[in-house]
Amino acid sequence: MKTMLSAYQKSSLWIWLAIAVAAVAIAPLLLSDFRLSLLAKYMCLAMVAVGIGLAWGQGGMLTLGQGLFFGLGGYMMAMHLKLTDVGPGGVPDFMMLYGNGEVPGWWEPFRSPVLTVILILVVPAATAFLLGWAVFARRVRGAYFAILSQALVAAFSLWLVNQGTSTGGFNGLTDFKGFFGYSLKDPANKRMLYFIAATVLIGMVLLTRQIMRSRFGELLVAVRDQENRVRFLGYNPAIIKTVAYTIAGIFAAIGGALFVPIVGIISPKDVGVTPSILFLAGVVIGGRTTLLGPVLGTIALRFVETGLSETYPAFWTYFQGALFILVITFLPQGVATLGPWLKRMAERYRYRRTKKPAPARAAETIETPQLVGRT
Amino acid sequence: MTPKPDLQALEKAIAAPRGEFHRDYLQVKDLRVSFDGFVAVDGVDLVVTSGDLRFLIGPNGAGKTTLIDAITGLAKATGSATFGGVELLGMPSHKIVRAAVGRTFQTASVIEELSVLQNLDIAAGMGRKSRELLRRRKIVPTEVELALETIGLTGLVNAPAGVLAHGQKQWLEIGMLLVQDARCLLLDEPVAGMSAIEREQTGELLKRIGEQRTVVVVEHDMEFLRNFANSVTVLHQGKVLAEGTVAEVQADPKVIEVYLGETHAAA
Repeated sequence: MKTMLSAYQKSSLWIWLAIAVAAVAIAPLLLSDFRLSLLAKYMCLAMVAVGIGLAWGQGGMLTLGQGLFFGLGGYMMAMHLKLTDVGPGGVPDFMMLYGNGEVPGWWEPFRSPVLTVILILVVPAATAFLLGWAVFARRVRGAYFAILSQALVAAFSLWLVNQGTSTGGFNGLTDFKGFFGYSLKDPANKRMLYFIAATVLIGMVLLTRQIMRSRFGELLVAVRDQENRVRFLGYNPAIIKTVAYTIAGIFAAIGGALFVPIVGIISPKDVGVTPSILFLAGVVIGGRTTLLGPVLGTIALRFVETGLSETYPAFWTYFQGALFILVITFLPQGVATLGPWLKRMAERYRYRRTKKPAPARAAETIETPQLVGRT
Repeated sequence: MTPKPDLQALEKAIAAPRGEFHRDYLQVKDLRVSFDGFVAVDGVDLVVTSGDLRFLIGPNGAGKTTLIDAITGLAKATGSATFGGVELLGMPSHKIVRAAVGRTFQTASVIEELSVLQNLDIAAGMGRKSRELLRRRKIVPTEVELALETIGLTGLVNAPAGVLAHGQKQWLEIGMLLVQDARCLLLDEPVAGMSAIEREQTGELLKRIGEQRTVVVVEHDMEFLRNFANSVTVLHQGKVLAEGTVAEVQADPKVIEVYLGETHAAA
């Protein structure tokens, strides 16, 4: 029984992976270049969502400020692209226009491609770790943590606007020509960026799956549900939360870094309070405690958003509101739990028809952990 | 088959004879806890040796739970509380647990969404390296298997802890203390809400565990106390009122006045 189950789980992993790879491979054949680069953009946003799924869905930390890490990754990548566009010793256009024509010292490390990639990973990781540790060790949680993370992202975007001469200010950084030596004008290179984003996203999902199934993942759920109890099992919950928060921060930063060459711009309005809240939308609707819910929820929601706002520009906001109300009322765990919900409804219907005794409550609940939180 | 604790399996689970078990004792000296001027525990001295099954009783508000909270780092206290020579006051809760002092709560607080196995596995794993944590659990650790037999939940190993009956949750908590290798167990009302049979079984379980470990039980149930206590400490208004065997404490006029008297009157 046990071996059969794990064999089933193993084969289900390969089936899902095959579907994902096939979908990624077929999309360029079906979609125009414009739609394909939209898909790539949504994949970058989905990377943030995977991290939120881990930190919030599994760890219970309501991360309302992931724009901070998304922005850190995005701006660092944008600085590198700006500097390579102007060549060694060159000065980016906006600094000539609005600044004193000198490149600030903290821009200099981003002339090196290797250093840029390292910094894109290390700076957000260190920020998330220090921030997480400071907050969770002081047992700041729930709404207080959410408000704090949102205040930080508000301060970050304000700082970006105010530092106009070195960050591009309100307009942000834009007009990139190349990406690590490849022209961003070439459609083939744009397609390559799509494949890079897809590969990274699948990699993140697989890593998150491993984390969710590991003992650490079990501990994270335990901390979410019974933080104090976990303390009396001999663990420091602050470390467990900080690690999950840091992983989510790194995912968001990578998403931001890939967002820049794909979309061609990063500005304070991509990283502020509103985008940070919108990162949650796909996660909520997809199902925050599931593995695939945040990813599919984000990509689907953004496509619906684009489609609706192209045809009925005024209608999208109402649709989003209605969707939220519907999902939270009927499927509080997200659309990913639609299957189990339909099954329950069918059972109830059958019970009414036949007046047979309902299946034991215990048996029903024993099944759910297989469906929720493990995909 | 109704699950029940298996005492033979317990023998295996706690057999591991260690010299230190016999030297271990819990010593509380002049412990004081106050909340904004209200003194909840007022200079308590207490020694519980290994092999003793100590019951802590007293009327509501006597400071029983607060005393346990203070020893386990949940409430700030002055004075001293040592176990096995290690000063516990001032340590964060998770380090106190690592010093082999474990506790349960009045309301069973198992992790409901995780299975019985996962609950026990987490409890057994505080010493695990991060590399081990990031892997999946391949086999059931031996101590977890023994604890499962001990608390009689082998048949429910994959059930979410949330669906367990109340008594089973309390047994699971005790099992978690066993696998985390607590040598001092502080149990806050472990039989509250249990049926008579479950009480009997839990009592037997605690008696056996108490043979090799330091066990302190906070309890209101006088019959349970008479059946299983080795020794009793009576708290009243934050102070130790009396201490001794069940018979001694029951005969103490002060105790009869403040505590047992009420019970007798009620009965």
